[in-house]
Amino acid sequence: MGQLTTRERELAAAILVALAVVGIAMAAVGRADPLGVHGALVLLYSMVLLFVIMSTSFGPAPDPSRFSRYYDDPIKVGVAFTLFWAIFGMFFGVWAAAQLAWPSLNFDTAWASFGRIRPAHTTGVIFGFGGNALISTSFHVVQRTSRARLADQLSPWFVLFGYNLFCILAVTGYFIGVTQSKEYAEAEWYADLWLVIVWVTYFVLFIRTLARRREPHIYVANWYYLAFILVVAILHIINNLTIPVSLGHAKSYTIWAGVQDSMVQWWYGHNAVAFFLTAGFLAMLYYYLPKRAERPIFSYRLSILSFWGITFFYMWAGSHHLHYTALPHWVQNLGMTFSVMLLVPSWASAGNALLTLNGAWHKVRDDATLRFIMMAAFFYGLSTFEGSFLAVRPVNSLSHYTDWTVGHVHAGALGWVALITYGSLYTLVPAIWKRERMYSAALVEVHFWLAVAGTVIYVFAMWNSGIIQGLMWRTYTEEGTLTYSFVDSLLAMYPYYIARAFGGLLFLIGAVVATYNIWMTVRGIPVLIVERHDDIPLVPDGAATRPAE
Amino acid sequence: MPELLHRKLERTAIGFMLAIIVAASVGGIVEIAPLFTIDETVENADDMRLYTPLELAGRNIYIREGCYACHSQMIRTLRDDVERYGPFSLAVESKHDHPMLWGSKRTGPDLARMGGKYSDFWHVAHLTNPRDVVPESNMPAYAWLARTPLRLDDLGSHLRTQRSVGVPYTDEMIENAARDAFGQAVPDSEQASGVTERYGEETQVSAFDGVTTRVTEMDALVAYLQVLGRLTKAAYGNTAAPEQPPNPND
Repeated sequence: MGQLTTRERELAAAILVALAVVGIAMAAVGRADPLGVHGALVLLYSMVLLFVIMSTSFGPAPDPSRFSRYYDDPIKVGVAFTLFWAIFGMFFGVWAAAQLAWPSLNFDTAWASFGRIRPAHTTGVIFGFGGNALISTSFHVVQRTSRARLADQLSPWFVLFGYNLFCILAVTGYFIGVTQSKEYAEAEWYADLWLVIVWVTYFVLFIRTLARRREPHIYVANWYYLAFILVVAILHIINNLTIPVSLGHAKSYTIWAGVQDSMVQWWYGHNAVAFFLTAGFLAMLYYYLPKRAERPIFSYRLSILSFWGITFFYMWAGSHHLHYTALPHWVQNLGMTFSVMLLVPSWASAGNALLTLNGAWHKVRDDATLRFIMMAAFFYGLSTFEGSFLAVRPVNSLSHYTDWTVGHVHAGALGWVALITYGSLYTLVPAIWKRERMYSAALVEVHFWLAVAGTVIYVFAMWNSGIIQGLMWRTYTEEGTLTYSFVDSLLAMYPYYIARAFGGLLFLIGAVVATYNIWMTVRGIPVLIVERHDDIPLVPDGAATRPAE
Repeated sequence: MPELLHRKLERTAIGFMLAIIVAASVGGIVEIAPLFTIDETVENADDMRLYTPLELAGRNIYIREGCYACHSQMIRTLRDDVERYGPFSLAVESKHDHPMLWGSKRTGPDLARMGGKYSDFWHVAHLTNPRDVVPESNMPAYAWLARTPLRLDDLGSHLRTQRSVGVPYTDEMIENAARDAFGQAVPDSEQASGVTERYGEETQVSAFDGVTTRVTEMDALVAYLQVLGRLTKAAYGNTAAPEQPPNPND
């Protein structure tokens, strides 16, 4: 925050004081409710940040030449948040998995029972880990590909710390029993409202930076970041339209009911996959892959096809989560049809990525970072194929409600999202901290194999258990009665639940290794990299003068 | 030609943004908007009842504890689903559910027709320690629910909020919410009679957790579990045959 001017620090302090007042108000009106706990938390969070701001406010005025460089400080903090949430989210994932095999592992506490730590896991990984990775990399990518510094000094910090406050409110909420029960949108109304403010700021910052670009064209990665920010905002607002019981209650009731609510929820749920977990991470793929492979993207036309295909088709696919339910048949069929068509743009992306590597396969062999990215593209292709397959009604009749879905999700979450993120981080960290390379290439290699082994064990365990489960539920005896009771199918799952927890544990260990490696890289000695001419922002007219070259 | 068009679009951030909004809006609008206007989407059920304040409180505990993560409440139109759990679910059955709890995963069985299947005593034993009644279960224990008193004083505002999102609670129901919640769990009390008056003769008034002196969260959750699938009989009158999935034995 050393690059903030006195005025900007004052503004930051004013925002934090306002936030602290909101916290006090929440604590006061919500005394008899979990809302009060969150009020105290908001107060604490803003006071800590206020302390940080105050302790730097007597520092020297920032160097005017900062405008001739990219603004990387928020990215550095964002990387730290990403690493923290990765370990947090994956730890709770392993714990939740272990509870399914050994149910007493909640140690007789309410806060650690499966139903509460499961959303803590999903939110921690999707929004904590994934969200921070998206924000950090988008700040990195938009500056480099636009040849422009971030449009503002203060709002990147607001986006970053505001977003993490949302994550903290969401996750702590589940532990104390605050949830909307809408999968992947469990946070309650006040956290949702806060996220809208943060997200609008993020959008304004992003589009203003794009508007300052010194390149005539908007680079492909930024198409995806833009779609991610815009559509997530639409999804978030519509799915979270609720009315709170009172301003002193954390609890709210969603305005949608029954069948309409189910459609809105899965329209949101599936497109959170599309625009949070796919579009944003495809943006990473389109920047860090060519960067690391030192090869241009294979096909510009394929990029256009896959981008618009994904933006258009995905929004129709949500209803495939509701096959054979009380949702009208025509909507189910639309969802299935578009899910199958979705394979075209998805594989166009995956193919485009893998074909980019033509001529650089020797680098894939030698460079574990590039291998992370390559594997991610491979898993992206695999899980999008699986997704289209599972959306077909007869297949879905077997797979729905079973662990197969969980396996499919994790092929995407571990194999695609996490691998592309780590591949990107290993490229980004040395670049923004001005290190020649990562602290240890061997540890990147170790992480790669832990991550791949963990993913494969996890996904195979869930494929097996899911298919067995589905088959046991529909097996009939010769007399025409059901062969197995539900408990029979549960018993058959136990070995796979143990295998799943083990696979997840390997992946978690990999995340710890990565964090250590990045920490040691940051602590290492910076090298004086001579800034390449094409790697500094082209200063907009009227801004501070460029330093003499 | 389209490539040239796109090269133009790429040069304008606002234009690109608008194009994304248009492309992404179509699917949602086509699939969601008609669900509010086409009448056949939700059937009519004249006998549809409302959740009592105690049942609604129980439903909120079900939500709070994340039960939806392991239990669906949606019986599909598949033969094995119907034979295992009962008649397949109709849209009308969740007409007053804000939010719906259809679920996406069955680590435990579907609960759409759980009401009346087991005794209150069984539910209390099961929630206190699932393995006492189902040795193979991997469900967490919720023994502490029986030790936690239910908050009654704000139930009126819960009902009022439900009304504002479309559930037809009357003024009388809202005024008497706390009394009714108490009365439903304490059958011998003078408040008990008002519950069946306001919510129908079918409403179960019972000392759900076995203790008749106070109302706990256990009372509320069991009351909710006992009403699942019993708000209307509409699904039982449905004569449509379930779909037959391929039999793996064939």
